Amino acid sequence: MKRHIQPGPSGPGPVSRLRSWIGPLPLQQGLLFVGVLLLFAFLGQNTADSMHRMGLTPGFAFLSHQANFEIGESLFSYSAGDSYARALGAGIANTIKVAVVGCLLATVLGVALGIARLSGNLLLASLVHGYVELLRNTPLLLQLFLWSAIIHTLPPPRGAYTFLGSVYLSNRGVYLPSLSVEGLPAFIWLSVVALAVLATLVLSRRLFAGSALYLPKSAGAVLGALALCYLTLTSLGFAASVEIPAKGGFNIRGGLSLTPEFAALLIGLVVNASASISEIVRSGIQSVKSGQWEAARALGLKPAQILRLVVLPQALRVITPLMISSFLDLTKNSSLAVAIGYPDLVSVANTTANTTGQVLEAIIIIAAVYLSISLAVSAVMNLYNRRVVLRAEGKR
Amino acid sequence: MQRNSNHRKLFTKAFAATAALAAGLIATSALAGETLDKIKARGVIKVGVGTTPGFFSPDSSGRWQGFFVDFGRAIAITVFNDAEKVEFTNSSPQQRLPALQSGEFDILLSGVTQTVSRAFKLGFHFGPVVFYDGQGLLVRKDLGVSKGEELDGATIGVQSGTTGELNIADFFRKTGKAFTPVTIEETGEFLKALDSGRVDALTQDATDLAAKRTQLSKPDDYVLLPERLSKEPLAPAIRAGDDQWLEIVNWTVYATIQAEEFGITKENVDTFLKSEDPAIKRFLGVDPSLGEAIGLDPKFAYNIVKAVGNYGEIFERNVGKGTALNFERGYNQPWTAGGLLYSPPFR
Repeated sequence: MKRHIQPGPSGPGPVSRLRSWIGPLPLQQGLLFVGVLLLFAFLGQNTADSMHRMGLTPGFAFLSHQANFEIGESLFSYSAGDSYARALGAGIANTIKVAVVGCLLATVLGVALGIARLSGNLLLASLVHGYVELLRNTPLLLQLFLWSAIIHTLPPPRGAYTFLGSVYLSNRGVYLPSLSVEGLPAFIWLSVVALAVLATLVLSRRLFAGSALYLPKSAGAVLGALALCYLTLTSLGFAASVEIPAKGGFNIRGGLSLTPEFAALLIGLVVNASASISEIVRSGIQSVKSGQWEAARALGLKPAQILRLVVLPQALRVITPLMISSFLDLTKNSSLAVAIGYPDLVSVANTTANTTGQVLEAIIIIAAVYLSISLAVSAVMNLYNRRVVLRAEGKR
Repeated sequence: MQRNSNHRKLFTKAFAATAALAAGLIATSALAGETLDKIKARGVIKVGVGTTPGFFSPDSSGRWQGFFVDFGRAIAITVFNDAEKVEFTNSSPQQRLPALQSGEFDILLSGVTQTVSRAFKLGFHFGPVVFYDGQGLLVRKDLGVSKGEELDGATIGVQSGTTGELNIADFFRKTGKAFTPVTIEETGEFLKALDSGRVDALTQDATDLAAKRTQLSKPDDYVLLPERLSKEPLAPAIRAGDDQWLEIVNWTVYATIQAEEFGITKENVDTFLKSEDPAIKRFLGVDPSLGEAIGLDPKFAYNIVKAVGNYGEIFERNVGKGTALNFERGYNQPWTAGGLLYSPPFR
């Protein structure tokens, strides 16, 4: 960011820079700064005294103590005997899980809806209009309760809907057959495989671009990469197997399960965010001058090609900065999870605060984590934004 | 009933803690006898209560009813021989202790759990336990479960921020069984989870579960297991340092317990006036020597039983078998019947 420097006799330099940073009223600025410092010192001292009187030691030492409570779902193994730090880690992982999956799905749904709204089809456009208005004008918490209630109407485990004897749909969640690799946690081998597939996709796009049979060639490359992953794993001594869920005891066991709380939260967040993203996409597309459409049509491009090759790349300049705030909204809104029973960061921190009495520290952790997530998301998105932004000076 | 709402929002809690501290600093410790003097001058006892039907709730005419409310009326009888010279005010779990400390109430009958930190750090004294509560499990009848251990592998709903989260984890670790918690903050969602079959059981203080059970769509499909996973002794709380007021509270509660032990009820109390048993004569004030010795109306126990009944009657009328809460007496029976209620002798 460029700082605005007043032209004057002092000219640019460290001194004038400092002066411009302090502003035209240095004395007042200094006094205000000291005042704010004093206020914080007073509040801090007061807080420390109060905590001392209640027998609480301010600090984060409690993080290494045994947590003694259970968490419903976690990306890595956690049990009541583990530390508060691990419990909070599980909460953070759950927050990130729902945020990442939510942002991806909301983008896909939002872009589709935004384009549908602009399609010539009046029925489709007005349906999307109604959808957007409904979602943007009702509270998210209410929507979450609705999704939670809908998911709870599914049958209990004993009467679960079964497909092909291996997929179960019940109010305890969706159970799918899962791949498991002996001795490796799912998130390690899954991310390795995902990386391999992604790399193959990018490579095949470069290699086969413009050549005939683009799709079959790319698909073959991806399948090859998957086979390579499997062979590498087995040759390293890890046995891969398929686990099929089955009814047992109070519940359905085994396989990959998606809990109703996760599903309700994810659907709620995605549907809610897709409404605002569709508006962003719509405004982005409308910002592209109609001359661009006409020119593309004159070149003989098909509508889908016009959208993909001409309009969307230009619309992205408008869309991207707005998408950043949509993603951040979705991430922060995930904290409403506590109301419907998904163990996200806020839920775990809440319990931690109540059992340790370290309320202040818990709030600091919540704030720090959301701040880090927000800064990371906006840093990545700004990087992307720099790529799509119109380079005014350089090329033209 | 301390807790579930005790922990709602972090900010509320932090604020309440600060308020409690401030109140603790401002309120100078009460001098012996000061509370009774104030009550006599004011002509009414100020009682802080909560809101759980059966334990404390205003009826359709706005008159407070319930288990704890009856003990408030009993204390008014001891002090004024008038069950109406008492004023009940609803106070939230976060606000009630600071409010008592700052003198807004003379006594809390809002189901406060007696704990050591409340006695030492926060400066409260507790009367006799009037209700032995504990964390319970509410399950579907058709699961065929009779005790907590049989819930191995079950999914259990926990209301977030409660000590219940810790107790249930401890319980399953102790028994070597596994469970999956679904931790929900919102009370409505908490109930819906059981109603819809999302969870096999709910865990929470038993009194609270009994009240919540009545809000389920088919209460009779659910049963509160008799087992208790924790101790929650609910006792009257007063400011520390006023011995006279504490003794009035103590012996009012003991009078209801002693009456039940003697078999004296609201109905038959007058027939006992002719009893030849010297202990009963002293208790009912037929023999006035005891009353003269302690400076209370010799007939205060008689008046209490005549107006509100003995402990068992108070229990059955408000939360017992015939009521919507359908509570078992459990530990809340006289020691002679295998319970924990025990009154020191009236002599």
